[in-house]
Amino acid sequence: MERHFDTELADLKSDILQMGDLVEESIIDSVGALKDLNKGRAERVIVEDKTIDEYELKIDEECLDLLALRQPMAVDLRFITMAMKISTDLERMADLAVDISQRVLELADKAPLLKPLVDIPKLTLLAQRMTRDVIKSFISKDVELAKEVIFCDKEADRLRDCVQEELLNDYISKDKETISRAIPLILVARHLERICDHATNIAEDVIYMVEALVVKHHIEKLDQEG
Amino acid sequence: MKKHIVQNLGFLFIFLCLLTTLFFLGTIIYFVFTRGAQAISWDFLTKAPRNAMTEGGVAPVIVGTLYLTLGSMLFAVPLGLACAIYICEYSPKSLVVNIIRISINNLAGVPSVVFGLFGLAVFVNFLGFGVSIVSGSLSLGILALPLIISSSQEALVAVPHSIREASLSLGASKWETIKRIVLPTALPGILTGVILSVGRVAGETAPILFTAAAFYKRGYPRSIFSEVMALPYHIYALMTEGAHPDKQRVIAYGCSLVLLFLVLFISGFAIFLRQRQRSLHG
Amino acid sequence: MDNKIKMQARKVDFFYGKTQALKDVNIDIHTNKVTAMIGPSGCGKSTFIRLFNRMNELLPHTSFSGEIFLDGMEINRSSVDAVDIRRRVGMVFQKPNPFPKSIFENISYGLRVNGIKDRGFIEQRVEDSLRKAVIWDEVKDRLNDSALRLSGGQQQRLCIARCLAVENEVILFDEPCASLDPISTAKIEELILELKKDYSIVIVTHNMQQAARVSDYTGFFLLGELIEFGKTQDIFTAPRDKKTEDYITGRFG
Repeated sequence: MERHFDTELADLKSDILQMGDLVEESIIDSVGALKDLNKGRAERVIVEDKTIDEYELKIDEECLDLLALRQPMAVDLRFITMAMKISTDLERMADLAVDISQRVLELADKAPLLKPLVDIPKLTLLAQRMTRDVIKSFISKDVELAKEVIFCDKEADRLRDCVQEELLNDYISKDKETISRAIPLILVARHLERICDHATNIAEDVIYMVEALVVKHHIEKLDQEG
Repeated sequence: MKKHIVQNLGFLFIFLCLLTTLFFLGTIIYFVFTRGAQAISWDFLTKAPRNAMTEGGVAPVIVGTLYLTLGSMLFAVPLGLACAIYICEYSPKSLVVNIIRISINNLAGVPSVVFGLFGLAVFVNFLGFGVSIVSGSLSLGILALPLIISSSQEALVAVPHSIREASLSLGASKWETIKRIVLPTALPGILTGVILSVGRVAGETAPILFTAAAFYKRGYPRSIFSEVMALPYHIYALMTEGAHPDKQRVIAYGCSLVLLFLVLFISGFAIFLRQRQRSLHG
Repeated sequence: MDNKIKMQARKVDFFYGKTQALKDVNIDIHTNKVTAMIGPSGCGKSTFIRLFNRMNELLPHTSFSGEIFLDGMEINRSSVDAVDIRRRVGMVFQKPNPFPKSIFENISYGLRVNGIKDRGFIEQRVEDSLRKAVIWDEVKDRLNDSALRLSGGQQQRLCIARCLAVENEVILFDEPCASLDPISTAKIEELILELKKDYSIVIVTHNMQQAARVSDYTGFFLLGELIEFGKTQDIFTAPRDKKTEDYITGRFG
């Protein structure tokens, strides 16, 4: 039976998709700006963040309305509550893209880059892929894809550590002068890793939404299930 | 437009029918009142007849009617109520009970004179009660039974199923439920039926014709085995027999008026009870 | 505490004439918990709870098989008196059904039919029951008024008090708020939550939000079968059965 409620849920879903697309774009733009220290591109990310914030407010409001007016149950209830959490995570991801852009602006003032980037592009690719995949898994209710996203999180942690150690050991500890150009790079790595964390959160929410299975803080459960 | 005309004609016709009915009712009351009113006096209601029923009052006649009515109810009410309770509360909806129910309804259609003949055969002769208050009361009681049974049945059925269930759910037995909940709730309805049948019984002539009524009897009845005078039969006797039709006719109309008021009063009381029941349940 | 079982139904089948109203229903009713029965009209949930106090045996042309246990005792055994079961397992009906008697008589009725005559005791119990049903303050000055003069919501709380007066252990609520306004409904729901401290409660309801609000366990009935039974929060957030999910999200059709 087609319910009017279903149209409202579909609207909510498409809003989340649009927001997800914008967030993905912001991440791509911010790390793209890092590659050639493109100030214009970095500034665009910062401006674009306003739109994403508006999306978050809009989605929250839609969710509250649906909760209050429709009193959803079961799968509908899980979808709406997860939509609220996902929008928060997406908004945080966009904020991190803004943070990266600000690091780009700082680095652009101190050009050129300290060293050719090796691990950061890898981390960038990973963050982009996780973001794209998690949104895809949300659209298609693809639990397997969501699980893959969650497993990727360990790789993100590892890459961040690599970046951090390399810059600390090979640059900062040898030459204190490099510190002002090394720190922003370390921060970028951390921002990227945080983006991956948020993607992981969303992936967990997707699994709960689809299967009503709480995997948050129970990654071992996932191993058993998977 | 045409619809309106047809409708108005219809209403007019129905209204005329109503007027006709009211006309007859009004005429009867007017007729009885104008002719009977002159007979009515304090003495008429409290003294015995004198001079071959051409003078004096009709007090023993009124008393006789009251005895017969009371006697018939003493017999018919417990019996009828028990029947109604059995049919409504205890018997399953079986073929036998349906037959019983139909029989009771048919009993209501039997002409009253047949009850009189039955009373004569069974109570007066076979059981040897003679022409007496007992025989008359029993005959009238049988006449009233179907009325009492069906009105009690209606009253019992009208008791909501929900409150029976409530009683049972509190650990009451079926009998306790009937005794403490169903009967008290149905009581006004049962009483209404009883009172209507009192009105009916008080005015009946045929059943007492051969079983209880005396053409003339000196003084008040002394025992339940004595003959009595009763209003309906008294009217009949005054109009058909006796040596002074002119004087007797006035008394007969006086009796009619008394009977009419007795029955109207009883019916009015029944309506009052029903209203009270409605307000209690509304 | 969590696992104490007050009543159990095992392999329950029930027929109205030749129509099967219940098919192989098995359920546990937990002590001091509220168990809700939900499902579309005619799914057998009301029929089912009426088996817990043997009310269905009053209906003609019905047949029943299976077992119902109260504290481990099978209640349909011939040695068990239905009257005793009904005293222990009370019932509140869909429509408020006070007796056309005074408020006091309504409450004392259950005591009187159970042979209690001590006036002082009865008066105390009437007050206690009315207090427990949170209606004492509204009626204490007019205990001799007809119960039919109370509002619908008050009548229903009176019926609950009437049920409480016989000190039963289980209370069956058969859609108790079906004819009440939201305020009265809220009062009854609060009352149910209060009562579960002392009683084991079963409630049939068409209102899923109500089941969600008051119950600890929920059973979903469909066409005479118990489709799913579990903790209420699980049923309403993550039902296991597709049919349950379709029903509680309103996709049923």
